[in-house]
Amino acid sequence: MFETVFPWGHYLAGGLLIGAGVGLLFLFTGWVGGMSTVFSSTWSYLSRRPFFRQARFVETRGWRLVFALGLVLGAGVWWAWLGPEGGVRTGVPLWQLAAGGVLVGYGARLSNGCTSGHGICGLASLQLPSLLAVLVFMATGIATAQLVLLLGGR
Amino acid sequence: MSPTGTMRTPQILATLVSGALFGFGLALSTMISPEVVLSFLRFRDFGLALVLGGAVVVTLLAYQLAPRLMRRPWLGGHFAVRPSAIDRDTMAGAAVFGIGWGLCGVCPGPAIAGLGAGNLPLWVALAGIAAGAYLQGWLADRRGGIAGPMG
Repeated sequence: MFETVFPWGHYLAGGLLIGAGVGLLFLFTGWVGGMSTVFSSTWSYLSRRPFFRQARFVETRGWRLVFALGLVLGAGVWWAWLGPEGGVRTGVPLWQLAAGGVLVGYGARLSNGCTSGHGICGLASLQLPSLLAVLVFMATGIATAQLVLLLGGR
Repeated sequence: MSPTGTMRTPQILATLVSGALFGFGLALSTMISPEVVLSFLRFRDFGLALVLGGAVVVTLLAYQLAPRLMRRPWLGGHFAVRPSAIDRDTMAGAAVFGIGWGLCGVCPGPAIAGLGAGNLPLWVALAGIAAGAYLQGWLADRRGGIAGPMG
């Protein structure tokens, strides 16, 4: 009903909720919650490499992991309440998920930010480097997605 | 948070609830479906712009107003400032990130949240992201560098 009047309503509502989550984390704790750092900080539990032993990872690994757990729980609530019975499924080929994932992980950590780190936290901090990073990854993302389509991929 | 990174119970609960709002929003906005992200990058659906725009506006209010109106966060500590620099790593990393994103339609937030909505193939993307993050740390070590300017 809502969707027939506002076919884009779930996009806006979802975006506002994402902002509420990142904003509330800041109001409660003062922490800046981008999502890519957890992929480095969690390695500090398992790896003795000097890179992962840095204070910026070791001191924040606890809340970053709890925040990530919150993401899983929140999506679980959505699934139980509004989601499709069998769960959300993607038809993107596994090789694309695997290869794309490695590039996403490597690139986001080298850049120190992803769609949420640069895109939400960085822009909301009015940081020019994040604006440039967003423009760069939008450009390479659009080019790659179009190229995959052109070559007959999904 | 203490220097050792231990959290008090109220902080754990607040972080969990904040994360749950984030995850619910990612699922509601269908960003946990790589197909929807890819259709944005192919100019077929502009929903992602609305998701990102909505999230930025709310976060902007919190980030800009809270440090001016409040002495400290509700649960104590201090308001962190996001580390930021215009350098080669930031830009090269963003370019590589975009290539991966355009190939799989998955970024770190949805890769994690998608697991909660039963999107099992996303485990493959999640493992890939973890491997890529490890590779980045390993190469940074070899390069001689905890030179990363950012925290």
